Amino acid sequence: MEFGGGHGLRAGMRDGAPLAAASLLLGTSFGVLAEPVMGTVAPVVMSAIVFAGSAQFGSLAVLAAGGGAGAAIAAGVLLNMRYMPMGISIAASTRGGWLRRGLAAQPLIDAGWAMSYRGDGRYDIRYMWGVTAVNYPMWVSGTALGVLAGDTIGDPDRLGLDALFPAFFLGLLVGDATEGRRGWVAALLGATLALTLTPMTPPGVPIMTACLAALIALVPNGDDT
Amino acid sequence: MTAAWVTVFALCATLAVTKGIGPVALGDRELPITFTKIIDLLAPAILAALIAVGTFTNADGDLVIDARAAGLAAAAAVYAVSRKSILLAVGAAAVTAALVRAIA
Repeated sequence: MEFGGGHGLRAGMRDGAPLAAASLLLGTSFGVLAEPVMGTVAPVVMSAIVFAGSAQFGSLAVLAAGGGAGAAIAAGVLLNMRYMPMGISIAASTRGGWLRRGLAAQPLIDAGWAMSYRGDGRYDIRYMWGVTAVNYPMWVSGTALGVLAGDTIGDPDRLGLDALFPAFFLGLLVGDATEGRRGWVAALLGATLALTLTPMTPPGVPIMTACLAALIALVPNGDDT
Repeated sequence: MTAAWVTVFALCATLAVTKGIGPVALGDRELPITFTKIIDLLAPAILAALIAVGTFTNADGDLVIDARAAGLAAAAAVYAVSRKSILLAVGAAAVTAALVRAIA
């Protein structure tokens, strides 16, 4: 990802700033929706120790519909499943003993992961931490704000906040995540797989399955790299 | 403990394992070139899937075109002019989606 082309923690923090703004707004949206279902404290603790937007919204939807903890956990786990292949992808870029490597992967989030890719299978782990370092406080404080000011804010969807993250991810995609023709083929295939599976599988499975689109790398190619 | 709290702690624990299992199990060994080529395409595949599901599906698992699609189109228009204007694009997406909902 270009974004000014920096490396390391500081560059990650700088490039993560636009995302942090979006996280503040979406975190607020989560707080507003979660408060009537989960109370005032649990949503903020969830943002602090789970820190995974899609899983939080997904499990909240289950609880809001009257589902039990088992169903809510299952929904969240499925939505988080994509972090396993993402974790595998950064493994070679982590250093130290097993505990240190496992901890190094904890600040993994979608955008920071995509932005920290440096080609040739390598990720700038410190850069990824930097992106998360500016996002995390915004996500947590946004949630607290939403919990406290829910009555004033009203329906967050009215504000178009659910359009924030697709727009941000599109920026990463057209940035240079799709460098080369194969990147675009993988993107189209991933999106198609996910949309095809959505009506027939639980949430999370479509995104996880979309990872398989990356296997087109195994198809022998001609002049394109 | 309420269902909400059980969910919070269970997701915290499972996500930590999900994120960490790859680096813990694989370590920092060198990867075969085939694996590197697959990783090259993982970000576009996942990002595109997140965009598609986040824009064109609803909570019931239906495929839909609604205000979010208009928001994404607004973001695409911004990127067509300047690929680096992420903040502007994200703002345009939210404002457009909000306007479409206000009119509808």
